[in-house]
Amino acid sequence: MNKSIVQFQNVSYRYDENSPLALKNVQFSVYEGEWLAIVGHNGSGKSTIAKLMNGLLFPEVGSVYINDINLSDDTVWDIRDMVGMVFQNPDNQFVGTTVQDDVAFGLENHGIPREEMVVRVQDALEKVNMGEFLDQEPHHLSGGQKQRVAIASVLALRPRIIILDEATSMLDPRGRNEVLETIRQLKQEDNITIISITHDLEEAARADRIMIMNQGEVFHTGNPTDIFALDEKLVELGLDIPFTHKLAKQLIKHGFGIDDSMLQEDKLVDYLWKLQQKI
Amino acid sequence: MEITTKNLAYTYQANTPFEHRAIYDINVSIASNSYTAIIGHTGSGKSTLLQHLNGLLQPTAGEIQIGDTIISSEKKQKKLREIRRRVGIVFQFPEHQLFEETVEKDICFGPMNFGVPMEEAKKKAKEVILQVGLSEDILEKSPFDLSGGQMRRVAIAGVLAMNPNVLVLDEPTAGLDPRGRTEIMTMFDKLRKEQGISIVLVTHSMEDASLYADHIIVMHKGTVYKQGTPHDIFSNPKELIDLGLDVPETVRFQLKLEEKIGKRIADPSLSLQDLVKNIQHFFERGNGL
Repeated sequence: MNKSIVQFQNVSYRYDENSPLALKNVQFSVYEGEWLAIVGHNGSGKSTIAKLMNGLLFPEVGSVYINDINLSDDTVWDIRDMVGMVFQNPDNQFVGTTVQDDVAFGLENHGIPREEMVVRVQDALEKVNMGEFLDQEPHHLSGGQKQRVAIASVLALRPRIIILDEATSMLDPRGRNEVLETIRQLKQEDNITIISITHDLEEAARADRIMIMNQGEVFHTGNPTDIFALDEKLVELGLDIPFTHKLAKQLIKHGFGIDDSMLQEDKLVDYLWKLQQKI
Repeated sequence: MEITTKNLAYTYQANTPFEHRAIYDINVSIASNSYTAIIGHTGSGKSTLLQHLNGLLQPTAGEIQIGDTIISSEKKQKKLREIRRRVGIVFQFPEHQLFEETVEKDICFGPMNFGVPMEEAKKKAKEVILQVGLSEDILEKSPFDLSGGQMRRVAIAGVLAMNPNVLVLDEPTAGLDPRGRTEIMTMFDKLRKEQGISIVLVTHSMEDASLYADHIIVMHKGTVYKQGTPHDIFSNPKELIDLGLDVPETVRFQLKLEEKIGKRIADPSLSLQDLVKNIQHFFERGNGL
């Protein structure tokens, strides 16, 4: 097991004194280089967790550690250097008039010398496959391209962790795929820890582990296979069952001999193909 | 109320160096009490078309007829007020447009703007809040104390309070969790069936388009690429995939299976039940089980 890079220890949080707890005694770790998806219904506490990871909020009870540093007023700037965030709406995240200005913005704020800035901007944009768009104006980009530039802006600051807070929910299917593929590459090639907050189970299925939030508490954590085995329970939690699982369940009802090892699209297709060849 | 377009086109900033032709040659018709889905990429012209449906944009060529009113490139229509009431548009993230102190005031704002007396508007607010699946006691609350899903319903209630004949919805489920999504889609279906309101749905979800719509318009590069029933549209799934569009997951799975087996199983399945039935029949015919 890799070293844990994010640790929540008995964290509780409420937005104001009179409101109920948004997070109740939340405890979990994220390991260096993994992709963790956090899923849950609207209001389950997912986004509150994200805001506690880079000091947009501070825990009311308990502690948050990022790379062994305890989150506090004194450490918040060190922590923000390690944690980059990409938000939902691509149009609300652009500050520059061109793609390269936008990526340079964060570097300027950090006082990075110009020579290094040029290298980092180019490097970050190439990593998200936007290297050819340096001088493009943001409004000429598609949603997926804009979100990839947003990722590059975060990437140029060389973070250890990137949090995607519903970063694909406003994109069309093509844009969503572009962004998820970029994320996968970053994790693989640069060992960046990815935390994605999403309602989309197809997106969560690409993660190494999934954590389900329910009414401010961690309901369950496991790999995608474990999580999807929860089946109807997911629907009770306001989530959905992945398509392949729904289909397999129906086919089993009709007498097909499908087992747990075939619950991925390719495997299910393979099973039916082999079955057909026997005819 | 019917909406029909004839060779509708719209060019942004015409006759300037920034000229951009957003849509052209649009010939579509939205029948009374119908459910139309508009699908297409970001940038395919969906939003521009949508803004013509209640006269927010005036065509730069061709015309659009909304009920008895014709809006054409040549003449500027003056009586757009009634059109705007009868065709209600719910934009993306409509909850961002809530602004009043209470939910009731927010819902009443639209009707009162159109001259409805306060008492009547309040009565209407009680009626529509139930239609969107919320309870009456929410009317006294501040819209900003509600959850995201509730806020969205309140925003939709505000549009319903104007008694529209047509409800135009731009990605109404974006950002909602799966349960919220199903609830809100069921609600639109009910509004159409019980109130006779026509629904125009702009969506990326091919599942929703195939499940609820009876007419689908596929937009591509500023014009109508194809239109027809869900069955017509998804009968050639490869064509849509080549355009970079999605197809319903049932259709996609069937296509993948057919390619692997090298045989056609059935017409594209538009629902899970259909897919299971089609796979089952395929094996029964070949007595594989």
